Amino acid sequence: MADDLPKADDLLNKIDHNNSPPTSWMDTPVNIRKGMYCYASSPKSVKYLGLPNARPWNPLDDDWKLPDNWKEIVFEGLKERLDKFRSFKVFMDICVRCGACADKCHFFIGTGDPKNMPVLRAELLRSVYRNDFTKAGNLLGKIAGARPMTLDVLKEWWYYFFQCTECRRCSVFCPYGIDTAEITIMAREILNLLGLNIDWIATPVANCYRTGNHLGIQPHAFKDMLDFFVEDIEEITGVNCEPQYNKKGADILFITPSGDVFADPGTYTAMGYLLLFQYLKEKYGFDVTWSTYGSEGGNFGFFTSHETMKRLNSKMYAEAKRLGVKWILGGECGHMWRVINQYMDTMNGPADFLEEPVSPITGTRFENAKSTKMVHIAEFTADLIKHNKLELDPVRNDNVIATFHDSCNPARGMGMLDEPRFVLQNVCNNFHEMPPGTIREQTFCCGSGSGLNAGENMELRMAGGLPRANAVKYVHEKYGVNMLTCVCAIDRAVFPPLMEYWVPEVDVSGLHELVGNALIMQGEKKRTTDLRFEPLPGMEDEIDE
Amino acid sequence: MNDKKLIITGVIIFIFILIFPFLYNLGGTTEFIDPVLSEKAKAAKFCVVPKEDMKVEHMQILDVWRDTVVRKGERVYVNSDGKKFTMSLSTGENSCLGCHNNKAEFCDRCHDYASVRPYCWDCHTDPKEIK
Amino acid sequence: MNVNYMLSFIIVLALCLLSYLGGEAPGLRYLFGIAIPYLAIVIFIFGFISRVMGWARSAVPFRIPTTCGQQKSLPWIKPNRIDNPFSKSAVILRMILEIVCFRSLFRNTRMAFKNTKTGMRIAYDWEIFLWVAALAFHYTFLVVLLRHLRFFFDPVPFCIQILEFFDGFLKIEFLSNVIQVGLPGIYISGVILLAAVTFLFLRRIFSPKVRYISLPADFFPLFLIMGIAITGIMMRYFTKVDIVGIKEFTMGLVSFSPALPEGVGGLFYVHIFLVSVLLAYFPSSKLMHLGGIFLSPTRNMTADTRATRHVNPWNHPVKVHTYEQYEDEFREKMIEAGLPVEKKE
Repeated sequence: MADDLPKADDLLNKIDHNNSPPTSWMDTPVNIRKGMYCYASSPKSVKYLGLPNARPWNPLDDDWKLPDNWKEIVFEGLKERLDKFRSFKVFMDICVRCGACADKCHFFIGTGDPKNMPVLRAELLRSVYRNDFTKAGNLLGKIAGARPMTLDVLKEWWYYFFQCTECRRCSVFCPYGIDTAEITIMAREILNLLGLNIDWIATPVANCYRTGNHLGIQPHAFKDMLDFFVEDIEEITGVNCEPQYNKKGADILFITPSGDVFADPGTYTAMGYLLLFQYLKEKYGFDVTWSTYGSEGGNFGFFTSHETMKRLNSKMYAEAKRLGVKWILGGECGHMWRVINQYMDTMNGPADFLEEPVSPITGTRFENAKSTKMVHIAEFTADLIKHNKLELDPVRNDNVIATFHDSCNPARGMGMLDEPRFVLQNVCNNFHEMPPGTIREQTFCCGSGSGLNAGENMELRMAGGLPRANAVKYVHEKYGVNMLTCVCAIDRAVFPPLMEYWVPEVDVSGLHELVGNALIMQGEKKRTTDLRFEPLPGMEDEIDE
Repeated sequence: MNDKKLIITGVIIFIFILIFPFLYNLGGTTEFIDPVLSEKAKAAKFCVVPKEDMKVEHMQILDVWRDTVVRKGERVYVNSDGKKFTMSLSTGENSCLGCHNNKAEFCDRCHDYASVRPYCWDCHTDPKEIK
Repeated sequence: MNVNYMLSFIIVLALCLLSYLGGEAPGLRYLFGIAIPYLAIVIFIFGFISRVMGWARSAVPFRIPTTCGQQKSLPWIKPNRIDNPFSKSAVILRMILEIVCFRSLFRNTRMAFKNTKTGMRIAYDWEIFLWVAALAFHYTFLVVLLRHLRFFFDPVPFCIQILEFFDGFLKIEFLSNVIQVGLPGIYISGVILLAAVTFLFLRRIFSPKVRYISLPADFFPLFLIMGIAITGIMMRYFTKVDIVGIKEFTMGLVSFSPALPEGVGGLFYVHIFLVSVLLAYFPSSKLMHLGGIFLSPTRNMTADTRATRHVNPWNHPVKVHTYEQYEDEFREKMIEAGLPVEKKE
């Protein structure tokens, strides 16, 4: 973790939600502070994608090397989006600033910075909208809450729209359903027109465009990494998994975020998938293939622009079509599922070359996915367990006292709340919910979503993750919870440092890691460790032998 | 887009409700006919207080009268000119209705027009209506 | 002293003064009593239509409801039909609850840092006051508005009379020779309206967060409505006006044969002028949430995007990186790793 990150107690003690600056927000200039922002996009990545204004730049410099006509670009960009998105236009017009959203944002709770109140975040943009697109704003200026576009305003946009994780929690409470995520998406699109992305988004997007995944894993390496898991699995269970790659004519294409093949603890979740697929293959002849071209479930394009999102997402259907599969199964990921559930079919469909998804094992028709033809693995596994198709030994997870973190997008952009809980409670005997108001549709973001999971903005991430961590701390102290289970690859990547910072005794796992632990494979040897090579309860001695 | 029709329908309904009072009265309104003063009232020329005050204050005056009569047993009202009146709404020739002996054309005309329902008549009756 | 509300307060005060003088000066009565109200109605109608149609012109490219409950997926999992609406009828129900009951605001919580033995705990408690005040404000406003229809119909429709009956149900009277309240009968809606508006105003002043986000445009309508309520209450209960004369005037307005009332004082002109200002201000202000809430895409769309395809009217083609391009770049490495390829060289 970064050296200059303040200590947890110091960070906590300096939060003051009622101490606004003496000057009005319009007159308070932005202070781009180290630890709170992500590095600027690398020109190489921007160029590879063919996006505008690729050049090296530094947010701390006065000169951001903008095109001369940048104000015109912003104006035209706003205008185009007001016509293309009713959501944007309505949300620009109807906010009454009731303040119901104010203390709902994890960044406001964690930083106390008033511009992190969703309403003010939106006002940063609204003020310019009023100036440029409404008569009252144009005539009355500041009195009508309007202000002209300036370089300072642009910098403020950049700073604060990359301090929003598009989690939509504010939208749940807004009496008009105003969704700050939608406003952030538009703001980021406009910033991208000027080449003002952050590198933690731009480079994964460029990678994904080229290699099929955010991490830039090339096909042979992707296979190598999975093969590595296969070896580990064999050592732990004695079972040899045989994942299939780019297999034409397979029944089902499986796509999961590449984070799960890359870094712990997501890798254990990937091992869980491998075990599940092997189990189903041996027992029921389940025929599933991985793809190296479509090796990314996540979509950082979503954090760049609608267009970039579409460009990256196109690979899913393209690959499904090329391989001739029946339908697509998707792994555990957060924003990936917002994209699939609310955008994919509209952007890149209709998927008329696929079949309506039917579980080949239980015969269940996934009617809720009959058009998009993509099923979430938690839905798939929940159905298997409900039909008693899996032999499970939850005792093997008895060292785990789990709680479940609803990831923002599956919760508020999909509503997948009970499926993962059902799976979790069938593979794990110890489960405790975090307090209401912090779970389900009111769940708190990890604080690092929407491409903000970089290393240089660690203070922002720790502050934004505070509400989530604090709820975990509560169940940790009350029930001894030691495992934060989630269905999101970004969560799995960012929770370990967050937990280490706020609640050091709690570890992080994916849902299918616990499925993998509990699943009784055919011909397996007696398991003495879990998928992390950590001793199972009561098996500690046997490892020493 | 198909939702445009829906939106237009909604707007039309809203505007229709909004301008309904105008539409309803398009055929012209019936003119308000001023309340009629009875011959007796005309002859008296002066009520207990000036006409303009009576117009807006009569409900208060009547209410105070009621309380004074019922609670204190006093039945004489003295106005600012020192003139004395019997405090009674409907009993005898010297009551309100004794002078304004045409309730329908006097009291009710305004009350009906302005949708006012005084509860005087919960207890009192118009002497004319009994017989 | 906060410049935002002082500014709005001064403007509304100036408007009051202006119209009071206008009402007292015979020469200006025609302007304030007839011309401005007509103009305000015209501005309201055309402004409202143009604003809503402006929204309608914008496309709805994606189906983006905020799902606030369990999705409909497997048959044995109970979906939340209202907050994650799968069908049109469920959306209608969700919208009705949103518009009629302010369902989302009902969820409101208050976050607080609490010191406990084991350190700081962030608690989220149900916070209902904003919802109560908002509901009280909007409904009493509606009742007051409907009650005023007695000035525009002759005879007064029965339903309005019923409303007046219930609104005037509490017969609070306090009548001494000095202070007289309660006659004509107290309408509870007016009192609650003024109380709710005052609460919403005080909230903007005393809650540091809400104060910081408030603009002059947030105080202005509050002061306007306060002014309208106060002048209305003054006229009804304190200064008294010739109600029949006023009804003759309003009937004249709605039948397009306006004639100024005689003997009606400045207060009435303040009342009607503030209402006119509110009407004219409405379409260009945040008050348009009245129309906007119906069009909010996070609430008025079905959450069944995976089951029924949503069509984007401007679904532009985009540049993609095809499998062929991908294989061309990595073919050798793929062959070497034993991955199947389309073209073997």
